[in-house]
Amino acid sequence: MTFEQLIFYVLAGIAVIASLMMISVNNPVKAALWLVLAFIATAGVWITAQAEFLGIVLILVYAGAVMVLFLFVVMMLDINLVKLKEGFTRYLPIGVLASVAIFAMMYMVLGPAHFGLDKTGEPIKFSADHSNTTMLGLQLYTVHAYAFILAAVLLLVGIVAAIALTIRRRPTHEVLYQDIDKQVKVQAKDRFKMVKMKATKEEPIKKKKEDE
Amino acid sequence: MVALSDYLVFSAILFTLSMAGIFLNRKNVIILLMSIELMLLAVNTNLVAFSYFLNDVSGQIFVFFILTVAAAEAAIGLAIIVLVFRNRNSINVDDLGSLKG
Repeated sequence: MTFEQLIFYVLAGIAVIASLMMISVNNPVKAALWLVLAFIATAGVWITAQAEFLGIVLILVYAGAVMVLFLFVVMMLDINLVKLKEGFTRYLPIGVLASVAIFAMMYMVLGPAHFGLDKTGEPIKFSADHSNTTMLGLQLYTVHAYAFILAAVLLLVGIVAAIALTIRRRPTHEVLYQDIDKQVKVQAKDRFKMVKMKATKEEPIKKKKEDE
Repeated sequence: MVALSDYLVFSAILFTLSMAGIFLNRKNVIILLMSIELMLLAVNTNLVAFSYFLNDVSGQIFVFFILTVAAAEAAIGLAIIVLVFRNRNSINVDDLGSLKG
């Protein structure tokens, strides 16, 4: 076994164990943490396949941002754990059976019989100073520039949708909100009123008498 | 040398495990969402492995866009969960049947 294989199998083993723990633990917080471990190990596997940029992005974006969002939501909700775990043992046999059957079918197609080293040949190894990021960026900003902009729009839609879904309006006597319609429609006479009144005459200050 | 079949079998294992997760935790919407994330990860591993062995960077570009879509999906899914919890005080899948679908 070469060093490369050792690293691959260790990382793959960690990822498989972590995802096994993720689907079997009781507590959603622990499940999220196991999923983070699975993501990090898989990022390592991607780096062994010379996808360095995506490996780093997976750690930064997934383990760093998306899973923190998950943890945030899990901890914000006050969940009844016992009720949510009902039916775990009931569905265990059929779940295992279906999974094993589907894995067996996948293995027949994807296994070493069709995709072994003798069938695919060895991949090209790049030198140490080869930049995966440059290679991706060159493609992304030229051939796929339109899709890249669409992805940016999609993220914007995601932001708007998440905010629009979770915003909570309270009655206006409790909180003051900015009403843009009113702000645009407002005219000078709504804000500023001229009042006519008599001029008041100031009384001259009386001189104090000394004996008072 | 790590063969292409190793990468593919690894991602098949991850995919099956996440599918088992959907079977077993069918009450808890949060774990369902996490299983879907793991499923996307398995699919992405396939694309990365093929990109490596075919020496074609397009597979990695696909993964890049899938990651973008998955991030947006996770954000909106969690927003929906927060909304459901606020209205129903529960995230049990059985309590969400009022549409009678």
